[in-house]
Amino acid sequence: MRRRMLPGFNLSLGYSLSYLGLIVLLPLAALTWKASGLGLGGLVELLRVPRTLAALKLSFGGATLAAAINVVAGLLVAWVLVRYRFPGRRLFDAVVDLPFALPTAVAGIALTALYAPNGWIGQWLAAFGVKIAYTPAGVLVAMVFVGFPFVVRTLQPVLETLEHDVEEAAETLGARRWQIFLRVILPMLVPTLLTGFALALARAVGEYGSVIFIAGNIPMKSEIAPLLIVQSLEQFDYAGAAALGVAMLAFSFVLLLLITLLQRWSRRWAENAP
Amino acid sequence: MTLELTSLNRRFSDCAALNDVSLTIAPGEFLALLGPSGSGKTTLLRILAGLDYPESGKVSCNGRDFLAAAPRERKVGLVFQHYALFRHLTVAENVAFGLRVRPRRTRPKRAGIDARVEQLLARVQLDGFGKRYPSQLSGGQRQRVALARALAVEPDLLLLDEPFGALDAQVRVTLRRWLRRLHEELGLTTVFVTHDQEEALELADRIAVMNRGRIEQVGTPREIYQQPATPFVCEFIGKTNRLALQREGGRFVAGGRTFADDPWLGEHAQAIAYVRPEHLTLSTTPLPGAWRARLRHVYLAGAVAHLELEVAALDHALEADIASEDLARMGLHSGDELHVSPGHAVIFSLDRDGGAIAGDRWLWRAGVATTTTRLPARRSEAELGAHRVDGGIQR
Repeated sequence: MRRRMLPGFNLSLGYSLSYLGLIVLLPLAALTWKASGLGLGGLVELLRVPRTLAALKLSFGGATLAAAINVVAGLLVAWVLVRYRFPGRRLFDAVVDLPFALPTAVAGIALTALYAPNGWIGQWLAAFGVKIAYTPAGVLVAMVFVGFPFVVRTLQPVLETLEHDVEEAAETLGARRWQIFLRVILPMLVPTLLTGFALALARAVGEYGSVIFIAGNIPMKSEIAPLLIVQSLEQFDYAGAAALGVAMLAFSFVLLLLITLLQRWSRRWAENAP
Repeated sequence: MTLELTSLNRRFSDCAALNDVSLTIAPGEFLALLGPSGSGKTTLLRILAGLDYPESGKVSCNGRDFLAAAPRERKVGLVFQHYALFRHLTVAENVAFGLRVRPRRTRPKRAGIDARVEQLLARVQLDGFGKRYPSQLSGGQRQRVALARALAVEPDLLLLDEPFGALDAQVRVTLRRWLRRLHEELGLTTVFVTHDQEEALELADRIAVMNRGRIEQVGTPREIYQQPATPFVCEFIGKTNRLALQREGGRFVAGGRTFADDPWLGEHAQAIAYVRPEHLTLSTTPLPGAWRARLRHVYLAGAVAHLELEVAALDHALEADIASEDLARMGLHSGDELHVSPGHAVIFSLDRDGGAIAGDRWLWRAGVATTTTRLPARRSEAELGAHRVDGGIQR
């Protein structure tokens, strides 16, 4: 028998696999089982309904855009929090976590109140003819809100451990500040930015509570896929709800897989070290 | 290019990193900044690189104000102790970095950059490594990449911050000899920081020994080793035995042995002598004016043997170095009785509080008439008190 340096391999692997199976795979398997009642034909039929298609498009399109916005804004906030020392920094740092902690419905209602045509922000935007609440833009706002902390929190530790002498080396080699950022700092952050993007995306795709309040839920326009699932459930169409769930699951899986591959490529320099 | 550093001062929150440092660096010179950690040597290097600025003082380069120039305008190549390579770039991309970030009008054509990278990699003996990432290289290879990267921008001044500090002993010796050859080929003015005296003595044309933000002595390795200017230099460079001397009549005496006539003509009652282990003469038969000693232990370190001698008259041990061959010829063993006498010593007079007076140095040789070197007294009395010589003084 081969000896392992680290003891407890069998026990820990067995434990983690059963845990993963119980908590993650079992519910997903049940979901797929339920959806299989519809058959493959039924699933395709369901996906051809324009209303379903529009909802899926909004859910995934909105989530991707929201994650992209969060990557940019999150990088900026994480940068400021790590690189600068200013009064109130710790408070600012704690505020970043609030979207994690707030019940999503509360966040949704608060956002709606702000962005509604008579709200604090909404009334000013309304003057320019811009409508946020009850439009796809409102969906985006809610998705940005819930995904934001993921990017900041994944970036912070990586930014903190970036070695300062690498930037100094670039400076003595003649690079300007923006060149140092674009050519030295950003490339080293790409893998982490992708992780943050994936987390923010996953969160926004699955978001329900905060979105439905601000979305207005107009079919074909501002209706998200999770809402369709809830509606199906309310009409006791369990198989339909499950089928839609499986479709979302498949899309999410493909997206996250793509991000992982991209991330691997972006980290090629760290691999096969001697 | 001649670099002229004039009374540089740099303070960090609680201590002076540089205290009135002045230094001239000649074109094509290989200068070592040598000192213990916290002596200000790295701060000085960073000021030259433009990564730090002094509170006061001037740095001029061929008469031009160096401090007013941004780091990228200084034509300086900097090599860091921990390489500071761009780990997301290949070796070739690392070397090309300094050329690629240039504004379009001064940037070489792509083919020109590739050719230059190729040439530099050959120069640092890394041909064929261009496509690898830094994580795939050994420490010595990484440091050579860092050097090639610094040389790519054709600097006028090469700065090395403990360049071999992170490497293991064997690689370090090979790499520093190689660096010395490279320096001779390129003729580049080079300043390197080290805390390793052996490295500084072996590599440098001149050494500036630093201590607590000051330069204690600047000189060739030979001068630094043979004619140390201050007690700190004596103790920091090489090994040394410290002997307390008392004035008895017109002579200075230690352990009953007369060194020589008092060169200070009764000005000082006490002095301190530094004798290098290789400057102790050993004999199995009595020598005139020698101390009787007992050989306590022999540490055989290859070609040289380190001998620990117990000298009753001095009531502390002396260390003597002799060639292993001589040791064998004399047939010495632990516990043997010996006679030992110093051949050379560097002697500093002590003031009443036991502080060494750095300006008052006496290079003593057995059998040679007494002469003192009065070095220009650079320091005030109060500052001298800061470097107390204590412990080895017997009363």
